[in-house]
Amino acid sequence: MILDIKNLHAKIGDKEILKGLNLSLEKGKVHAIMGPNGAGKSTLSKAIVGHYDVEITAGDISYKGKSLLELSPEERALEGIFMSFQNPVEVPGVNNAYFLRTALNAKRIHDGKEELNAAQFLRLMREHLTALGMKPDMVSRSLNEGFSGGEKKRNEILQMLILEPDVIILDEIDSGLDIDALKAVSEGINQMKDEKRSFLVITHYSRILDYLKPDYIHVLKDGKILKTAGVDLVEKLESEGYDWIKDEL
Amino acid sequence: MENKQIDTVVAGDYKLGFEVDIETDTVEAGLDENTIAFISQKKEEPKWMLKLRLKAFERWKKMSEPHWAHLDYEPIDYQAISYFSAPKTAPSSLDEVDPKILEAYKKLGIPLDEQKQLQGIAVDAVFDSVSVKTTYSEELNKHGIIFCSISEAIREHPELIKKYMFSVVPMSDNYFAALNSAVFTDGTFVYIPKGVRCPMELSTYFRINALNTGQFERTLIVADEGSYVSYNEGCSAPTRDEHQLHAAVVELITMKDAEIKYSTIQNWYPGDATGKGGIYNFVTKRGLCQGENSKISWTQVETGSAITWKYPSCILKGDNSVGEFYSVAVTTLAQQADTGTKMIHLGKNTSSTIVSKGISAMKGQNTYRGLVKIASSAKGARNHSECDSLLIGSECGAHTFPYLESKDTQGQIEHEASTSKISDEQLFYLRQRGINEEDAVSMIVHGFCKEVFSQLPMEYAVEAKALLNLTLEGSVG
Ligand SMILES: Nc1ncnc2c1ncn2[C@@H]1O[C@H](COP(=O)(O)OP(=O)(O)OP(=O)(O)O)[C@@H](O)[C@H]1O
Ligand SMILES: [Mg+2]
Repeated sequence: MILDIKNLHAKIGDKEILKGLNLSLEKGKVHAIMGPNGAGKSTLSKAIVGHYDVEITAGDISYKGKSLLELSPEERALEGIFMSFQNPVEVPGVNNAYFLRTALNAKRIHDGKEELNAAQFLRLMREHLTALGMKPDMVSRSLNEGFSGGEKKRNEILQMLILEPDVIILDEIDSGLDIDALKAVSEGINQMKDEKRSFLVITHYSRILDYLKPDYIHVLKDGKILKTAGVDLVEKLESEGYDWIKDEL
Repeated sequence: MENKQIDTVVAGDYKLGFEVDIETDTVEAGLDENTIAFISQKKEEPKWMLKLRLKAFERWKKMSEPHWAHLDYEPIDYQAISYFSAPKTAPSSLDEVDPKILEAYKKLGIPLDEQKQLQGIAVDAVFDSVSVKTTYSEELNKHGIIFCSISEAIREHPELIKKYMFSVVPMSDNYFAALNSAVFTDGTFVYIPKGVRCPMELSTYFRINALNTGQFERTLIVADEGSYVSYNEGCSAPTRDEHQLHAAVVELITMKDAEIKYSTIQNWYPGDATGKGGIYNFVTKRGLCQGENSKISWTQVETGSAITWKYPSCILKGDNSVGEFYSVAVTTLAQQADTGTKMIHLGKNTSSTIVSKGISAMKGQNTYRGLVKIASSAKGARNHSECDSLLIGSECGAHTFPYLESKDTQGQIEHEASTSKISDEQLFYLRQRGINEEDAVSMIVHGFCKEVFSQLPMEYAVEAKALLNLTLEGSVG
């Protein structure tokens, strides 16, 4: 178990969104979460990365055997937790490459590794840009500023590839992507799969799951994981929706 | 909840607040004709200058302090200020400059001794009311460039002073300009002859040291036809509980095809978080693009002072002349800034650009006030203005007052304004990637200021960035 969520209750404002959620991510596995709009999927990802909107009122999230709840967002990131944002924010004037090198070097220092200099970093970044089919000017542009929806999503994947995290949460990484982009993004993700890394993929569509071949499908509804099954479940969800899934307890 | 943390990030310490213990010649507090005569005599000025000073004083007495700015401060007691303070040993050569003063400048990063002078930057060092040293003067002389203290210029180049001083900022232009005209003590004079491109950066470093003393700097830069100069000023003052007044006047004139690039890094002592102490900075800066195709560009990074009242302006008289204003103003602690520019278009096809970035943190109040005026003679005039404010935390404020007067119906005027909070969302994004909060704030703020910093000469851009970090970064955790 790399990430263990037990009886998680979480509020946004005064509203309780997660109501005793249990979920365990296994090392080397791809977990997909599906569920109706507003069910709390993004809230769950935010709770894991320590987002300021989410207040945890009960339960625990442990990562590699230790509770995450007291750690700051940056500490969680440095420990290896990454989340791609459903809507990545624009940061004007902050150079994309400079930002990403700062992030990578913070992680490398944390891991006791040597920092990459600008030239080494640019080489690394350019390789990934090409692989993801991104334009070379992504090196000089400001972080997410004026990026198209698809470019923003690819830029999230670029960051994931460079930062090499251990738990990767992808919140609707597939929404708004054209067919080529979906393929490039999926290949990027598949390339990261290995036995010590886990993925939590939030999606509404089976398309990306066809590429990623998840090990588990979880249904998040009414603030809980109400069903966990193999990939066969996707087909049923696509044809019948979520109405039939009820809290069995 | 996030904001509390940001506040600890932005309560930066003032690092230049040391005081030098030297013997000074400080006139008693108070202002009357005798004070002015005393200053004039100390400066060994000719009679005509004293007459002008007294005339300015007469006008000032009839004026009243302006209060239209978005600033809130204790009344200034003009009789409680000392109007002249100078180190006792008046130096005639560097050997005679008090070693403590040399040491002070060294601490500020400005070595004045011959061997260690900054490469490629000539400095006029003004300490309280006097210029203690001007470097590279002789070398500049070879190009016919005059770079000296204004006191020296009044004695040595009266024809230039008589012709240009008060020609851009008339002595009764405003209350603070009139006061300055009566009591100004030192500052810099620059003259660049026809066709000369000044081979190095010129700069003045103003330091207030003495207690209860006002600093009234006066700077005049004349760029003759086809010449170019890049001039920079920096300033700092000790940490003190009392407010101190700094009322400067800067006049720039460019002839045909000439260009002046004027950069300021203002780091006067800002006072503390409760508003105790700090410099009151009331400044009149104006440039006249007299000749065709001439250009004046103001770039300012304002991080210091308790109160800043400052509107570097351009009068675009020559056809095709260009005025620019790039500003970053930071108010944190209890600082207040009311700053902006005036672009007065008189000539044909004149153009101006305004880029203003206001950053407010803690209880800081930041106001942009700008006027773009297009006269009927200014056919084809163009202006582009961009005013952005960044708020860090919830107790600070940003205000924008853009004024526009246009007599030319064909003129092109674009104005964009935005106020953004340093968004928790941006901050969180960077932190989710492992960048700590302090670095994340700094990264966002630097991104916000990028357009202005890119206008500064390289050495100064580095200084400005470092200064911004010092101002906005405290100790987190
Ligand atoms: N900042 C916020 N303020 C108020 N309510 C919020 C906020 N963020 C989320 N919510 C509410 O919390 C609930 C869960 O939202 P969440 O974003 O987690 O849903 P989701 O499962 O990700 O939905 P979707 O599939 O549409 O992305 C929704 O009702 C939403 O309106
Ligand atoms: Mg969502």
